[in-house]
Amino acid sequence: MSSNVITIKTGLAEMLKGGVIMDVVTADQAKVAEDAGAVAVMALERVPSDIRAAGGVARMSPPELVQEIMESVSIPVMAKCRIGHFAEAQILEAIGVDFIDESEVLTPADEDYHIYKHDYKVPFVCGAKDLGEALRRIGEGAALMRTKGEPGTGNIVEAVRHLRQINQDIQRITRLSDEELMTEARDLGAPFELVRMVKEQGRLPVPNFAAGGVATPADAALCMQLGAETVFVGSGIFKSEDPAKFAKAIVKATAHYNDPKAVLEASKGLGEAMRGTALETLEDSERMANRGW
Amino acid sequence: MTTRPVIGVLALQGAVDLHKPHIEALGGEFRAVKTPAQFKDVDGYILPGGESTTMLKLIETFDLWDVLADEFASKPVWGICAGSILLATHVTNPAQKSFARLPITVQRNGYGRQLDSHISKVCDYDVSFIRAPVITDAAQCAILASHEGQPVWVQQGNAMASTFHPETNLSAPSPMHKRFLDLI
Repeated sequence: MSSNVITIKTGLAEMLKGGVIMDVVTADQAKVAEDAGAVAVMALERVPSDIRAAGGVARMSPPELVQEIMESVSIPVMAKCRIGHFAEAQILEAIGVDFIDESEVLTPADEDYHIYKHDYKVPFVCGAKDLGEALRRIGEGAALMRTKGEPGTGNIVEAVRHLRQINQDIQRITRLSDEELMTEARDLGAPFELVRMVKEQGRLPVPNFAAGGVATPADAALCMQLGAETVFVGSGIFKSEDPAKFAKAIVKATAHYNDPKAVLEASKGLGEAMRGTALETLEDSERMANRGW
Repeated sequence: MTTRPVIGVLALQGAVDLHKPHIEALGGEFRAVKTPAQFKDVDGYILPGGESTTMLKLIETFDLWDVLADEFASKPVWGICAGSILLATHVTNPAQKSFARLPITVQRNGYGRQLDSHISKVCDYDVSFIRAPVITDAAQCAILASHEGQPVWVQQGNAMASTFHPETNLSAPSPMHKRFLDLI
């Protein structure tokens, strides 16, 4: 039977739950991530904080880099394409990556249309700031959602905002009567059938992970306690003082996110976390979370 | 057994909660377990799907190897996908440590990458193989199901392994969960 079905795609997302997905830019970093217990790596040319620093147009990583990273580890490998850039997505599928992130970290290729993700065998993950955005992406075929957060800042405030917003939106819908659902779907700009599914199940139809600003074991524990089922860590690991230690510590804290003593132990002796960015210092045009809709 | 059997799903990482409806539909009690204090009351273990390398790292990091080996030796166990890798005697592609609870050899990612993940008929049920391993030797086990000529569901005594995921899309309770709870 075809593997182009949503249960096979969300199935892989289910297998990644309770873990940490790490941004890596070399095969050596991928091995550090795997040794630390990452459930998957995101193969990138530059981590988000370096993308911010470099400016210009950020595109899909060179295929050779993605392939080298795929050959160096046995865990799943993800890679990013630009929002709406379906030709980049086709290339990533041809390479055979395990997940494609249609990501606001890269410079958008289309300001009106996201990729129609049902057409692909490879599952997609997309970012969202609220439930309406999440359901639009799921409607297009995303098998996994993550918060947008504010990538490359080491600042967790936006990821927290997005997690709480999605939780609040879901709670509101579970209390609605059936006749209120269509109006809610209109207000959210979301497909009616998916809104109804959220009401019935009290959760997103696909797993929901946190991303964008996770820099410490405590950040990971915070996101998990707010309902994220796994955390993506971008710049937070390889921009810290001791990446191998930080990677292991964030994995430990994620596994025992509900146990403050375990998170405490994980937080000790790490050296300096990545240097963070206060969001007030960012212009609206520098905010990656504003890309896509 | 007259009391409700407690099924501990090893919850270090992976697809844990999907087992809850299956276990409860069979009258069992679902528990996500990851600390020695939680292991005591468990009557049987499910080692769920996920990433076997991550699970191994966490078992080492939290110093759980010996206590889990004792637990698995004395109680019924069922390894699914990554869990079957942890229970195997031998692991290939690449070689890695395992509990050797079930006499099988398992090749990691035996079908390939996610593009090779598929839904296939096993015992007349459409089940998911997700970056699944392949059991390359199960000579000492009862073969409960095969797919493309290779065993995908095997058992020896009170230890069971499946390389596919009955928990992701079968309606609860799946026949695989039923067989496992019958071992308790």
